[in-house]
Amino acid sequence: MSVVVDRDTRLCVSGITGREGSFHALNNRRYGTNVVAGVTPGKGGQDVEGIPVFNTFREAVAESAANTAMIFVPPPFAADSILEATDAGIATIIAITEGIPAHDELRVYTELRRAGGARLIGPNCPGVLSPGKANVGIIPADFFREGNVGVVSRSGTLTYQVGNELAQRGLGNSSIVGIGGDPVPGSSFVDIIALFEADPETELIVMSGEIGGQGEEEAADYIAANVSKPVVAYIAGFTAPPGKTMGHAGAIVSGTHGTAAAKAAALEAHGVRVGRTPTEVADIVASMLG
Amino acid sequence: MDLLEYQGKQLLARHGIPVPRGKVAATIDEAAAAANEIGYACAVKAQVQIGGRGKLGGIKIAGDEAQAREHAGAILGMDIRGLTVHEVWIEGASEIASEYYASIVFDRSAKAALVMLSTRGGMDIEQVAEETPEAIATLHVDPLLGFQPFHGRRLAYEAGVDADVVRGVGAFLAALYATFVEEEAMLVEVNPLVVTPERALVALDAKVTLDDNALYRHPENAELRDLSAEDPQERMAKERHLTYVKLDGDIGILGNGAGLVMSTLDVVAQHGGAPANFLDAGGGAKAEAITAAVEVILSNPKVTAVLFNIFGGITRCDEVARGLIEAFEQIRPDVPFVVRLDGTNGSLGRELLEAAKLPNVHGASTMDEAAALVVELAK
Repeated sequence: MSVVVDRDTRLCVSGITGREGSFHALNNRRYGTNVVAGVTPGKGGQDVEGIPVFNTFREAVAESAANTAMIFVPPPFAADSILEATDAGIATIIAITEGIPAHDELRVYTELRRAGGARLIGPNCPGVLSPGKANVGIIPADFFREGNVGVVSRSGTLTYQVGNELAQRGLGNSSIVGIGGDPVPGSSFVDIIALFEADPETELIVMSGEIGGQGEEEAADYIAANVSKPVVAYIAGFTAPPGKTMGHAGAIVSGTHGTAAAKAAALEAHGVRVGRTPTEVADIVASMLG
Repeated sequence: MDLLEYQGKQLLARHGIPVPRGKVAATIDEAAAAANEIGYACAVKAQVQIGGRGKLGGIKIAGDEAQAREHAGAILGMDIRGLTVHEVWIEGASEIASEYYASIVFDRSAKAALVMLSTRGGMDIEQVAEETPEAIATLHVDPLLGFQPFHGRRLAYEAGVDADVVRGVGAFLAALYATFVEEEAMLVEVNPLVVTPERALVALDAKVTLDDNALYRHPENAELRDLSAEDPQERMAKERHLTYVKLDGDIGILGNGAGLVMSTLDVVAQHGGAPANFLDAGGGAKAEAITAAVEVILSNPKVTAVLFNIFGGITRCDEVARGLIEAFEQIRPDVPFVVRLDGTNGSLGRELLEAAKLPNVHGASTMDEAAALVVELAK
């Protein structure tokens, strides 16, 4: 088992004829991901090294039975592409695109939740890797091995750092999920932690957060009430200077939330162990599973 | 992107929100001319992207030209919490019956716009929020439904605005919401929202933050950037498409990915060092970007040592090594470098660096080791 992507994933790549889109689609296929289709309006009928390209998601789903989408189109087109994918019945959408306007993300998020639509991971995320099964996105799979540690992270490179440290201690991963650092992530820490809690292969959950937002605090409350598996956390940004704030509205909304210290305290108050460095996180995980 | 008060007011005015008539001035003469045109009494207001200027002497009322000159002279060039005042905004002084507070913020947690209204606006709104949160009426707006007239009524009645301005406040909030959505703002705040003795509503201040990612759809807003407020190194980095934030310490930091860079700052601090900057070279950085990054880091004269912490995913370590070698050919740095290259093409990158025999460049195999070494070398 694993979460979000696995051997049943049938991937359709939006933006597959672009330079980045084709590079990573083929990279994902080389890893073993079942890449069944691509979508680029106007290029229907072509193929990318044997992967058929369609003009629309509806066509791609009808012809290839795709159940998962990876979004690789530039920011002005990304929100539309996500909405097209969910409209076509795609169940899981992984959006790699960085720089999507926040109001677009807000409308997409609201629509997906309302329609009981697709699960969205990202945008502005490195994707999801289930070692030995499927890789959707840009996570360098070579640094990870199969195992029982589920990782969920807001930062790509920090994920690689933590995953690599775990691998050096002989530990592997059920899945690695990058949720991205945008203002409105399609899936939160809570959403992914819930999946790991239900996944029989996952024995321990690592969450890697950073300053800003309240996702980590919300996860702390959720873990206390709903999670039986051990969770180890890392928070980046203890030495980040407090940003100069404009106006009072932000402070009225968030109070002292959002700092690394507040996030670590919220997690520790609910029994989550927080490592002060990526190395310490890996050491804690190794000692708990060892 | 944060706007100055007058830029924010001009934005609000485009959406039909009443603001006092005013003019911007960068010199004492310009300020005097503007004040004469606007008429007296008028307010002379420092234009800086930070709150609390009123309490620090950044807003003064002038009754005649001599006072306008005197106030402009005192405020222009003034330092307000580290920001220098380059412009003042001269506007007609408003008559005030009541001071309300109105704002809309992009609430990341609730994933909706949050509208707030209070009859207790003015300089102490944060205290009001803390001590009597019930004095601030709040409402989340469904982004697909938008702001409806009943939302305005509900907020107005819950906040307890005067009965004769309920309709006006509702219309004001609707216009504020239209500004928020159409300009793609992360924050629009009007404090105070003034009720005049004639029972008109006027936005006496405006704080607006726009979404950087949406500026491509608003070219007229993209031009409002206040370059004078930006640190020279930060401006240089922006021109080179690097994410750079200047800090107070002496250890230059470069990494790839915001999370890893933040983590690097933390680990350096844990070893007793003080980072001079945050610099994210981004995903897939090529050699040229690395060379440019070295230039930006070393343009800060406080830097006494530099740490490269790279974990390559789509970034290739050989590209990073090539960029560093190129930077040494162009700039010939005289401070020590500690370089940790791991991940994609890590061994190739390390081999390239070793072969180049750059002066005073030290390799490290882990993040902790690299941090400890750079802290030692920075002393």
